[in-house]
Amino acid sequence: MSSASGRQWLPVPEISLLLPSVLQPLAGGRSILTTPADGPVTVAGLLDAVSADYAVLGRRLRDETGALRRFVNIYVGGDEVRRLQGLDTEVVPGQEVLVIQSVAGG
Amino acid sequence: MVRMATAAESFLLAIGTKKGLWLATSPDRKDWSFTGPHFLMAEIPSIGIDTREGRTRILVGVSSPHWGPTVAHSDDLGATWSEPEQGAVKFPQDTGAALDRVWQIYPDAESRPGVVWAGAEPISIWKSTDGGEHFELNRGLWDHPHRSEWGAGYGGAAAHSIVVDPAGETVHVAMSTGGVYRSVDGGTSWEARNKGISAYFMPDPNPEFGQCVHKIAADAAVEGRLYAQNHHGVYRTDDNADTWNSIAEGLPADFGFVMLTHPRRDGTAWVVPLKADGERIPPDGKLAVHRTDDAGNTWKRLSAGLPEHEYNSVLRDAASVDTAEPAGVYFGTRGGTVYASADEGETFREVASHLPDVLCVRAAVVAGA
Repeated sequence: MSSASGRQWLPVPEISLLLPSVLQPLAGGRSILTTPADGPVTVAGLLDAVSADYAVLGRRLRDETGALRRFVNIYVGGDEVRRLQGLDTEVVPGQEVLVIQSVAGG
Repeated sequence: MVRMATAAESFLLAIGTKKGLWLATSPDRKDWSFTGPHFLMAEIPSIGIDTREGRTRILVGVSSPHWGPTVAHSDDLGATWSEPEQGAVKFPQDTGAALDRVWQIYPDAESRPGVVWAGAEPISIWKSTDGGEHFELNRGLWDHPHRSEWGAGYGGAAAHSIVVDPAGETVHVAMSTGGVYRSVDGGTSWEARNKGISAYFMPDPNPEFGQCVHKIAADAAVEGRLYAQNHHGVYRTDDNADTWNSIAEGLPADFGFVMLTHPRRDGTAWVVPLKADGERIPPDGKLAVHRTDDAGNTWKRLSAGLPEHEYNSVLRDAASVDTAEPAGVYFGTRGGTVYASADEGETFREVASHLPDVLCVRAAVVAGA
């Protein structure tokens, strides 16, 4: 990308968090939250950043001990983080992180 | 005679279910206008209607199976809801605990405006001094040496009943399972107070604590008198829970979850007996409320307006009284039907049906609406 001055602008690397529709009102109506990242971050770190800006949304995903709620699933690279390193799973710039609710309930 | 609300008042009925909250208003406790569901697909196990300080605040415990528990409040009869950013009930980090569910929301006396109590799972009680927007954990009960021996009832391990002396510093809490605990210093320290309440399901049927008390309520006018519906057993204490005595004689069953007391009159209480343990249904499938007007010495069966057959149970907080004269009595079943009486239970009328399981019912006379 270049500007009128000819200076070169590189896209800022970022990580995206994709939200299900039911949670989007807690994120200002957004379906995707992005955060700049110049290196890997953990899912916990990503959720900390989300909670700093959208506290109620953060509480929907994790309880006050920091544990992921039982029926909240977070996917990184197509795998649910409980099958990876949990909330310590690393996310690299450019990756998308999906929040999906379990198909549980009655 | 059925009391009409004044032109500036109406009756508010809040129905918490397994899949959301319904609110209803009525000028006469006969015809109800409903809104809802609010919080669709979330359980509403607790409701508090706080009419102090010249406003009507509805507080609800909301528990989503997916997104966890929270407490929300509305000052406009449910048109809008607010939720503190950091959560109203939040365990301190050093406890290592996380909130599962708020089972009880109890606005304190008129003389203590802004004070609201909450009972929660895991077993804990909380106190707010800002009208229920932020609660503080009661450390005296949380750190109680009996904690490791408290257990979980079928619905979970929770403090589900809070009774506060409006004129003093005495607080009673009931938990399943653990029994009744009393504080005489406003909640700083707690002692088990279960003498006389049977725990037939334990090796020692008369332990200091461990009873499965389902609900307690205070007599409106006699100081030191409380009533308890136990997991088998209906009891009364006249000495602030130092000793309990059975008042189950005359009831068709001594099991049940509900215990209601009159808002003003001494000696009047209501229960909804269920046959148990093998059959947790109204005895013989015939639903009835039973009222005493003499502190449990005798009971009157009340079923006018109730269905001939009903096989659903009534949970501990799925019943309420209002403060009108005569008092209104309300309850809902796990089959999603809600009944209301404008004459202290003499006659009931169905006000809602086919709702999800009713978990909590609260009623009040409110301004406006």
